[in-house]
Amino acid sequence: MSEIPLSHILFVSTALFFIGMYGMFTRRNMITMLMSIELMLNSVNINFIAFNKYLFPGNLDGLFFTIFIITIAAAEAAVAIAIIINLYRNHKSIDVEEADALKH
Amino acid sequence: MSQYLFYILSLLTAFSAMMVVFSRKPVYSVLYMIFCFFTIAGHYILLNAQFLAAVHVIVYSGAIMVLFLYVIMMLNLNKESEPHKSNIAKTAAVVSGGLLLMVLVSVFKSADGLAINPAFDSQIGMVEVLGMVLYEKYLLPFEVSALLFLTAMIGATMLGKKEGGAQS
Repeated sequence: MSEIPLSHILFVSTALFFIGMYGMFTRRNMITMLMSIELMLNSVNINFIAFNKYLFPGNLDGLFFTIFIITIAAAEAAVAIAIIINLYRNHKSIDVEEADALKH
Repeated sequence: MSQYLFYILSLLTAFSAMMVVFSRKPVYSVLYMIFCFFTIAGHYILLNAQFLAAVHVIVYSGAIMVLFLYVIMMLNLNKESEPHKSNIAKTAAVVSGGLLLMVLVSVFKSADGLAINPAFDSQIGMVEVLGMVLYEKYLLPFEVSALLFLTAMIGATMLGKKEGGAQS
């Protein structure tokens, strides 16, 4: 088992991170932007697990970092969904370009 | 065997992540995101973290994505496919992302010298080992995350109230 080189796993997570970054830059729908953030968090999680397995196989610190990141992502999603619902209630859309009340 | 599995999973992960970003309708985005999370859980199993794979599927696919789907259907957001940003923004995103991607890939290419390629130990990622460490070494972060959930729950309720939050 485990003949997979460490760098290939890191390439996958890097690709995932930059797909998420591209989505964050180009989409205007707030829910899709939130999902891009989730993609970036998941790429970080893969990195933590890969480094934990390949560099410190006896320790579990990477796993616990990942568990706490998942915890924080769940709390963040709940609050962000509440903000999105509030935005929709005020603007009748969740396009971030329309939420410009602080701009003018 | 696990090598082929890894490469197939990687292709599926990248493909579904791209479809999340590129599909026009938010519901399709969410469905591809769920698929992407399942492939990431497969990566976790290959990386010797079985309990984490289960937690990932339950929390992400089961809770967060269902919440997203619920909000999209409740607000009826699927009807309009929003226009994407201008080509300048897309080019800027590709250039800045690609430059940073090149830097990171060239750094990660040298990571193989550090790895010690351990054997697959099926007991490391199981719940007994994790629970022992979680309640001894990581007790304080565990309690703090409980507080965080309480705060998030109160905050979401406050924001979701009809008259609370921003004045309309």
